[in-house]
Amino acid sequence: MTAIDLKGISHMFEARGTTLRALEDIDLEIRENEFVTLVGRSGCGKSTLLRLMAGLLRPTRGAVEVGGRPVTRPRPDVSLMFQRSALLPWRTVIENVMLPVDILRLDRRAHRARAEQLLALTGLEGFEDRRPNELSGGMQQRVALCRALVHDPSVLLMDEPFAALDALTREELSLELQRIWGEERKTIVFVTHSIQEATLLADRIVVMSPRPGRVARILTVGADRPRSLGLTAHSDELDRVGAELHELLFAREPERSARG
Amino acid sequence: MSSPTATAEGVDAAPGRSLGTIAVRLLLPALTFVVLVGLWWLATIVFGWPSYIVPTPLEVWQEMSDQRSILASSFRTTLWEALVGFGLAIAIAIPCAVAIAYSRLLELTVYPALVGLNAIPKIAIAPLLVIWMGFGAGPKVVMVVLICFFPIVISTATGLKSTPAEIAELSRSLSTSTLQDFLRFRFPWALPYVFVGLKVAIALAVIGAVVGEFVGATKGLGYVIVASGQNANTTLAFAAIVLLSLMSILLYYAVALLERVVVPWAEET
Repeated sequence: MTAIDLKGISHMFEARGTTLRALEDIDLEIRENEFVTLVGRSGCGKSTLLRLMAGLLRPTRGAVEVGGRPVTRPRPDVSLMFQRSALLPWRTVIENVMLPVDILRLDRRAHRARAEQLLALTGLEGFEDRRPNELSGGMQQRVALCRALVHDPSVLLMDEPFAALDALTREELSLELQRIWGEERKTIVFVTHSIQEATLLADRIVVMSPRPGRVARILTVGADRPRSLGLTAHSDELDRVGAELHELLFAREPERSARG
Repeated sequence: MSSPTATAEGVDAAPGRSLGTIAVRLLLPALTFVVLVGLWWLATIVFGWPSYIVPTPLEVWQEMSDQRSILASSFRTTLWEALVGFGLAIAIAIPCAVAIAYSRLLELTVYPALVGLNAIPKIAIAPLLVIWMGFGAGPKVVMVVLICFFPIVISTATGLKSTPAEIAELSRSLSTSTLQDFLRFRFPWALPYVFVGLKVAIALAVIGAVVGEFVGATKGLGYVIVASGQNANTTLAFAAIVLLSLMSILLYYAVALLERVVVPWAEET
């Protein structure tokens, strides 16, 4: 089953009289329950692509379908997570997780149980009544993940969700995300700058090239799950894909490296 | 303690420390106050000022208790003017700020007008207010509104426009209505900013009321000061000034306390 279908997507931004081609001719099918990472250098349009899938932007050309229905506006079956937790400081942890339930006017009692279950799943049991500013960055992102999952969306879109965390927390959360994905089967599209993250998490890696953003290559990661950077069992496959990814990202257009 | 453990000590230490902090936070300002009063007293002795130039703290204290009833009713008058004006300023300023934050057109038209209006020294308008509105509470309240309005508008509009991009996107991704977006995201986000404006405004409110009373009044602490000036009753003027400072301080801390209750997540300033 195709979960997300991008058909001939092109997207342009108007800025100061000039037209910026952000994305050009993107065709991509993402299967149900697949974990796809989007990798590319800054300015390759991967965040734009994510926002098109979320219905926050409408493509200039082409069509986006999620679950067989065209995306024309944000939908409750598609959830978003950002680099910053976007937790509301005036709400407690559990209230933050319940936010989509409140706004979408879903059954509070049933979802309350689910919220608690998700918090337990992410190791936040006992933190329900804390406020976000009492939590570490990693814990805040865990809460944001619970919030993104509470109303049981079929698609989870993640825009560099661990990029602001320190390296250890980041790795820890990557492993945790795999585990949660194992229990809560979702289609996940995960934007990242990190080669390690991309290879560790993905079933398929979509490598994008910038100006205008295009799909340069799609790599399949065959390693068994759960994967870990600590286990040598999968490291050959992860290393191979990682090296290939490295080649793709750095070998092209080396003159751009100075700009980052 | 029969079983002192590391854990028990850790648990004990926390409230002890916070109690110490509270004591220190009350004691130090009190100490400053005592030192200032002491210096004032010392100065009256050292320079030998007569009490119609600078009275001693004790004389002021005596005057306060002698004139208890007139000072109390004046205090109430001025406090009432300041509070009503402050309340009205909030009631007008917050809708204005919402309009400015939500409408680019209003931001471009109303906002510069407000900045221009704020540039007028409000004290210069005070005599006109008396001409227009007489000697009652009206012109004082209007003066307070004029003075308090601007900081509240600015801070609220700033707060409403400072919603972080990811929060705005979160709101959009949940397909919120404009009202939901305002009530659930933007306004609560702006509240700490609103309180910054309120704290500036409440300090100005008392000043506004006194300025209004200076120009033309029959009661209030500002009126007491003007009247005692005419009688060279410096001691009474000092008593009124002390009470005005007290009023300002009390009002400020009342707003600060309200802030703690309403926006406990805001950073303390």
